[in-house]
Amino acid sequence: MISSAIIPQPLARLPWRLIFLVAGIAGIGIITLYSAAGGAAQPWATKQAIVILFFLTVAIGMSWTSESTIKQVALPIYVIVTAMLIVVEMVGFVGKGAQRWIDLGFIRLQPSEFMKPGIVLILARFYELLPAGDIRRWRAIWPAAALIGFPVALIMLQPDLGTALMVSFIGVTVMFIAGVPFRVFLIPGAALAVAIPVVYQMLHGYQRKRIDIFLDPESDPLGAGYHISQSKIAIGSGGIFGKGYLNGSQSHLDYLPEGHTDFVFATMVEEWGLVGGALLIFAFAFVIRWGMRVANNAKSRFAQLTAAGLSATIFFYVSINLMMVMGLAPVVGVPLPLVSFGGSAVMTVMLCLGLLMALERQQRTTSRLL
Amino acid sequence: MKMDRFTSVHQSLAFSRRMAIAAGAQTAIGALLLGRLGWLAIAENQHYQLLSESNRVQLIIVPPRRGWIVDRNNKPIAINRSDFRVDIIPDQLENPEPTLRTLQQLLDLSVDDVDRVVRELKQAKGYQPIEVAENVPFDKYAAVTVRLPELPGVNPMRGFSRYYPDGPAVGHLIGYVGAASAAEYEKEKNPLLITPGFKIGKEGLEKTLEPRLRGQPGGQRVELTARGKLVRELEPKPDRSGAPVRLAIDADLQEFAARRLGEESGSCVLLDCHTGDILTMVSMPAYDPNSFSDGIGRTEWKMLSDDPRRPLLNKVLNALYPPGSTIKPMNSLALLQNGVDPTERIHCPGGYRLGNRFFRCLGRHGSVDMRRAIAKSCNTYFYAMGHRVGYDKIAVMAKRLGLGQKFDLPVVSQSYGTVPNSEWKNRRFHETKGFLERPDWTASDTLNASIGQGFLILNPLQLAVMAGRIAGGRDIAPRLLGIGKEPAPLLGIDPKHLETVRGGMWEVVNGDGTAGASRLQIPGVEMCGKTGTAQVRKIVGSQRGQSGDWKYRDHGLFVFFAPFDKPRYAGAVVIEHGLGGARAAAPVAKDVLTFLFDRQLALKNLNALEQQWGGTLAERTARRAAAVQAAAEAAAKTA
Repeated sequence: MISSAIIPQPLARLPWRLIFLVAGIAGIGIITLYSAAGGAAQPWATKQAIVILFFLTVAIGMSWTSESTIKQVALPIYVIVTAMLIVVEMVGFVGKGAQRWIDLGFIRLQPSEFMKPGIVLILARFYELLPAGDIRRWRAIWPAAALIGFPVALIMLQPDLGTALMVSFIGVTVMFIAGVPFRVFLIPGAALAVAIPVVYQMLHGYQRKRIDIFLDPESDPLGAGYHISQSKIAIGSGGIFGKGYLNGSQSHLDYLPEGHTDFVFATMVEEWGLVGGALLIFAFAFVIRWGMRVANNAKSRFAQLTAAGLSATIFFYVSINLMMVMGLAPVVGVPLPLVSFGGSAVMTVMLCLGLLMALERQQRTTSRLL
Repeated sequence: MKMDRFTSVHQSLAFSRRMAIAAGAQTAIGALLLGRLGWLAIAENQHYQLLSESNRVQLIIVPPRRGWIVDRNNKPIAINRSDFRVDIIPDQLENPEPTLRTLQQLLDLSVDDVDRVVRELKQAKGYQPIEVAENVPFDKYAAVTVRLPELPGVNPMRGFSRYYPDGPAVGHLIGYVGAASAAEYEKEKNPLLITPGFKIGKEGLEKTLEPRLRGQPGGQRVELTARGKLVRELEPKPDRSGAPVRLAIDADLQEFAARRLGEESGSCVLLDCHTGDILTMVSMPAYDPNSFSDGIGRTEWKMLSDDPRRPLLNKVLNALYPPGSTIKPMNSLALLQNGVDPTERIHCPGGYRLGNRFFRCLGRHGSVDMRRAIAKSCNTYFYAMGHRVGYDKIAVMAKRLGLGQKFDLPVVSQSYGTVPNSEWKNRRFHETKGFLERPDWTASDTLNASIGQGFLILNPLQLAVMAGRIAGGRDIAPRLLGIGKEPAPLLGIDPKHLETVRGGMWEVVNGDGTAGASRLQIPGVEMCGKTGTAQVRKIVGSQRGQSGDWKYRDHGLFVFFAPFDKPRYAGAVVIEHGLGGARAAAPVAKDVLTFLFDRQLALKNLNALEQQWGGTLAERTARRAAAVQAAAEAAAKTA
């Protein structure tokens, strides 16, 4: 909040600290994309700047949405997105070996992206409506599990392991925040540990290979382990201060695959070093902390759960991507939001931020009135 | 019921607690990420920096130039000639099919060549070039260069190929070079060996001196993308040429000797009696090492290996002959050593009777002393004396003079033959029972060995060393590399004995001996020697190997030294199936020695001879090459 006589009220009331943070992260992303293209604004940097500007505007626009509107659209959004997932399954366009897109002619929609905020809204709505005393009952669990399980199953079918995992993580996090008893998480957690070998058997060949390679990347440094090896080389060779802007040999000489999308963090750290990487991690941490504060300050249960869930969405995006890029998690194809080139992640994160800003605005307005 | 009541107050408390846990978990993961980042960027920094550099920078090997081989006067024997070659860099090749078709047209590539290139392209990876053609004539090279813009990935460049100015004259001595075989690469695992255009020594000195001649490869360091595209060239690492190697050989003499052997199948070795320096070591006919260094054709190889005169065999080192009478001076030394009086006379009635067998002499020499026996090559004298002394004692002297010995020379192989004695025969009998009739040494074994037949077989280098040790009285060891400065130590043989034997050898040439026709025509220089004639097969009836099929004729041998009064040079000449030493071998020795003292005279004599043979060695080599070419074309047509 900036108070000044010169700046008009509506502008002054925007959460400028968040907007600066987001702009900063996006700026780092655009600068890195400029370098990843060999020092050119084409084909990525300009396009990414336009996409971010557009969705940032959309997010700011969304911040005037009222909480009651958000509540009302929670169910329709969930139903529509689930329907779209089914459509993708049936008539989906085959690309990259996975069915993920609906081609509407003017835009290609990836409905699983919408499911990330979608699952947060529907679960928040569900736990809001659930009587407080029922939270330890079976009826607090199975509808939520079904609400998560159905779309996750559809997304797994595509197959898109990264998104499916993220949607499950987000859903489980909302359930956790809502107060579902610990044992509900511990028992399936144990069961999952047992089930992992079974699931592993059921995975697709390339998915299984990714996990194998994750466990032992050196086993195939030129084949499927290539991504992780090269990414670690890029990050490790950057050192504390990096090789200097536009001097990253790993990305510029194409040794680092996907250096502008999933592995953009490696591209950035190679040139900016530990200092640049830590700066970016802290910037994301502040964004997530801002979101968590919105949740803590929220007055209604819906707002609390929604804000926490949306913050978790951003958190999972960032942490899964960074773990993957630094060799702590298998390569599951989760981009680094606002930094990786590509519209869908930017769109999802901006939708989340827009909803968070809307909830935050209402906290302020109500507090003003009090 | 009270326990189960969960009010909105509880709910709010639970929410705060869960939020705290979630925030804590998030912070923990954030810390983990930062820690991991720090670990990779600080602790593992050097490791990854190294990996990143080895990704970025590739070394393109620039083969070193092979060291020259020069003679004792620094005249080049093996040098590098710059030539043109065309390579393909697989990663830069955009349209393999049309490019190859164009190259085939421009360079006249055979179907085989194109097949090979296609095969290698399939296995190729990265920036390692593939050879399309080497030794490309300049006009074709220029044609490729002009069309380079439409042939991306084609890399015409200048290279070096080995060149031997004297051609066949140094073939067996120097050997040749060729591309490394798969086995050789497996052994050394050196990427230099599979660099196109790089050759290693395959035979002769080129092979044995490989470590000295090879040099250090240089490298063009380049920055490459992951797909092998050249980004820029970094500072190159210069190559270091191989070290030049100086031989004891006199290249002019070597060439002269090769020419003088003419169309004969034979060998000539000449060395310095003081130092053992090998001035000449020729085996003829010989292959042209230049054809090998360009990659020899199948037809030429077949012609070489089918030739009855065995051009692929080094007859100085790897051919063994019964030495015949050439070892009689050595025998004489052994006799003197064992107390035989050189003035003692033996009567030669045309042979020697041992029990009921009669061992023939070549004539009836009447009463001969040692000197006459050498001069006239009287078998009877050596039969009688050998029988008296026993061959075991003669064999000691034979070995002392280098016979049957292996010398410390940088050569690929030496066949060192046999100097037999009773112990040897006994051992051989137990090893190969069928080959020898009896285990014990008999008197007839002694008689046969005394005239250089029977079990005694030697190579020409040993004969030359023998002649050199008799001539100088020094314990010379033959030397190929460098120039000997110090004379070899004395053998310790009584000079009076040596003088007697040398006198006999003087008479062979300058008296009324067997090689009187080969007297040197140089005032003040007298050649001494000993002829020998070795049977190729058993004498059957009157057929004495002096007529009939070429391959059954006797070998002609001659050992010699000169000048008589101050021996300086010694050597041996062997002419396979040359009928006799005096007739075939001694004249060659005479001319080769003449060349050392009077080049003009020697060349004049040689020119006259070469006119009879149909041209100089170079002309005849060229003619042979043309014949090979014609045969190859004929073979290609019928195939």
